[in-house]
Amino acid sequence: MKKQILWISILTAAASTAATAETINAAGATFPAPIYQKWFEEFHKAHADIQINYQPIGSGGGIRQITEGTVDFGASDMPMTDEQMSKVSKFKVLHFPTVLGGIVPTYNVPGVPSINFSGATLAGIYLGSIKKWNDPALVKDNPGAKLPNEDITVVHRSDGSGTSFVFSDYLAKVSPEWKTKVGVNTSVNWPVGLGGKGNEGVSGLVKQTPFSIGYVELIYAVQNKMEYGAMKNKAGNFVKADFNTVSDAAAGAAKDMPADFRVSITDAPGKNAYPIASFTWLLIPDKIDNATKKKSITDFLQWMMTAGQGDAQALSYAPLPKPVVVKEQKQLALIK
Amino acid sequence: MATVAVTAPPQSQPRKLVNFFRDGDQIAHLVTFLFAASVFLVTVFLVYELWIHSGPSRAKFGFHFLTSKTWDPVADEFGALPFIYGTVVTSFIALIISVPLGVGAAIFLSELAPPRLSNSCTFLVELLAAVPSVIFGLLAIFTLVPIMRQYVEPFLKHTLGFLPQFEGPAYGVGYLTASMILSVMTFPFIISISREALLAVPREQREAALALGATQWESTWQVVVPYARLGIIGSIFLALARALGETMAVTMVIGNDTGIHTSLLSPGYTIAAMIANNFTEATGDVFLSALVELGLVLFALTMVLNAAAQLLIIATTGKGSKQP
Amino acid sequence: MDRIARRNIVNYVMLAATGICTVITVSVLFLILGYLVVNGWRSLDWNFFTKLPLSAGEAGGGVVNALVGSGVLILIAALIGIPVGFLGGIYLAEFGGKTVPMMIRYTADLLNGVPSIVIGIFAWTVIVVRMHHFSAWAGGFALSLMMIPIGLRATEQFLRGVPNSLREGSLALGASKTRTIISVIVPAAKQGILTGMILGVARIAGETAPLLFTSLNNQFWATSLNQPTASLPVLIYNYAISAYDDLHREAWAAGLVLLILVLIANIASRWVLSRGASTQRG
Repeated sequence: MKKQILWISILTAAASTAATAETINAAGATFPAPIYQKWFEEFHKAHADIQINYQPIGSGGGIRQITEGTVDFGASDMPMTDEQMSKVSKFKVLHFPTVLGGIVPTYNVPGVPSINFSGATLAGIYLGSIKKWNDPALVKDNPGAKLPNEDITVVHRSDGSGTSFVFSDYLAKVSPEWKTKVGVNTSVNWPVGLGGKGNEGVSGLVKQTPFSIGYVELIYAVQNKMEYGAMKNKAGNFVKADFNTVSDAAAGAAKDMPADFRVSITDAPGKNAYPIASFTWLLIPDKIDNATKKKSITDFLQWMMTAGQGDAQALSYAPLPKPVVVKEQKQLALIK
Repeated sequence: MATVAVTAPPQSQPRKLVNFFRDGDQIAHLVTFLFAASVFLVTVFLVYELWIHSGPSRAKFGFHFLTSKTWDPVADEFGALPFIYGTVVTSFIALIISVPLGVGAAIFLSELAPPRLSNSCTFLVELLAAVPSVIFGLLAIFTLVPIMRQYVEPFLKHTLGFLPQFEGPAYGVGYLTASMILSVMTFPFIISISREALLAVPREQREAALALGATQWESTWQVVVPYARLGIIGSIFLALARALGETMAVTMVIGNDTGIHTSLLSPGYTIAAMIANNFTEATGDVFLSALVELGLVLFALTMVLNAAAQLLIIATTGKGSKQP
Repeated sequence: MDRIARRNIVNYVMLAATGICTVITVSVLFLILGYLVVNGWRSLDWNFFTKLPLSAGEAGGGVVNALVGSGVLILIAALIGIPVGFLGGIYLAEFGGKTVPMMIRYTADLLNGVPSIVIGIFAWTVIVVRMHHFSAWAGGFALSLMMIPIGLRATEQFLRGVPNSLREGSLALGASKTRTIISVIVPAAKQGILTGMILGVARIAGETAPLLFTSLNNQFWATSLNQPTASLPVLIYNYAISAYDDLHREAWAAGLVLLILVLIANIASRWVLSRGASTQRG
């Protein structure tokens, strides 16, 4: 009895403090989760009556939940396919790009600071054909580096992931074997490796497992002080992901951005373009019945496209190119 | 003195109905029956919902689902065999570790330990059963996995590496680590129930064996334990049923790989871990219904085991087992 | 002589081995507690119990929404589970005949054996899909399903344990069956029933799997029961598999809090039971 009274009083206390806030539920990609969580926190500070609760459950989750209607909007690094969009019956899904990010090959090889990877090598590692760190292919790209004679522990995603989508999209472009054997999707039949849940799970596993390699969004490697390698881009240069190289990858796409913003920028041309870069999108319904929610969401999107972009660089993302923002603001009007 | 008529006047039909309900007992009977029946209805509803929501997957794959090894979301091809394999292997190995330890401890607590020590130790072991699965997982990630990766698995590879069961790199996560954490989680069931079964063996059995010149161990192992074997086996079944359905601790240390591997050091998957990792994000109806069908398979497995365990335990503690 | 010596040696060795088995199995509990205390103690500060979580990398956050969220979920589960278990148990012990109670007992045992992840799937199909929402209701419902069999069994068992003489005495004095149950039998069995309910709460307090896709998670306060809510077990899971060290520390601390609560509930339930037994004898 006493226990119940205690909880009821705690509940009412909690409820009264939060009573006036409107909760908007969103779920999806872990790739942009750090900047989304920062944005939603900042937005909540400026608008105390709006709480946007974002759950990073993976892009597959974002797509699924917006299709089922269990969240108010979703987030994904994989643009929805036509087939997926047709399954959403109540409204049309609008893709709003938010930031640009890079996926880096992060690894835990003590004693070796920076490793270069070519696309074919990375595909070989993830296909299981390249098994050791001192494989000739790796040695060729890293002259002078003391690569150890250890087995490579491969780490991939165990959940439905847009990061996996972008990564497999890139591997399919650089490796015909990957394209036919495994394919491109948020969830694939990985030939080898351990599965981690979310970008956090993969970085966690790599951090704790010596001689392992994983693919994560740049911010996860940076925040966890993990080493990450340079990738050989289409122009033949080894580049590490950062603000400039990721922005360069989007430079070409910005000019020819399709009207629905669904585009892949992996293996982009450009001297300094980072090859495993991607936009990430918020999946917004074009019809929102609740007027307060509609205003909150459109307010947030407007803020995100303008003031919010200032947060990108500090968290190792690249802001949207200006032509893209202009086009997006026009899409805002489509939300009824 | 006039006698008071004892019989009540004949009643009309509506009156009988009203009186039926005015009787508090009948209302209480009805109300409690409804609540009790709701348990039955909910369970039936559970099976029904599992059946319905796994429809697309059952229609597409049929029984092939249980034997197919492929789990390919790109091609929409799903098969349950890797997960059934992982579930069975981890539970089986967990029992190989925990049954000897558990039965041994139960023997000590029932035969050798003074009653107070026995009771307090049993109390402590039963508290272990209350520890939530996620806490076991938390401990496993940060304590067991590094130990497995740095000491145990290399040692096993060094000594038994010629066996296919111990091939491959020492990840630290995988079937073996999951089995170890499962074995810890199953101790309490085996110890507690086996101890009860052993305590239920009549004193005369022990005394007869000792009178015939057996050592205490011989008396225990050759007379008492066989007498209680149904109860002990029942406890093993219950432990197995628990291990099969365990989700959190396993998913945190099994490595999440959707293949079938003979090596115990390799990562794998169990049914419960698969569902937990993928349910919120299954894109596509077939994928989601395949996960629900996995849940149905797991449900069926645990149902059969629980029934077997109940029967065995009833047989022991209800009647008494081996007749001389 | 040789054979007897050998048998004696085997005797001592095997008996010692069983002692070792006991030491191993009993010490596991202390190891667990020890690890949690050592790793979690440092993170238990005022912030932990009063602040909301901050984005990873920022210090000073807490888990208060998870603590309250777990409390809310348990409350919902108890509000559903206790009446069903209690009243259902009364039916099984006092009113039922032969076949119907047997069927109900069987399905209760079945429900008890259902893996918690499958219960989560069921709660998802029943509530989340229909409401188009992750919610505390769905999480609480899932937990209540796990609580019901325990409460049901405990109620029935302890009601049956009340001696028939009490029942007959009450009926002989003219009380109706309902009155008898309310005023005589239940009070006589109340310790056992209470034990069952406390054990039920202790069991669901630590459950994670059913919450993964019912109540999901929430960084802020859940503004209503129709919204997803944070909970302690889900928080521990998410933090444990992440890569951030400060989240790991929070996970240890949260684990310590959860374990202490669960252990207290278990110990309390035994204490209640033992008090009941002793007063009945007197």
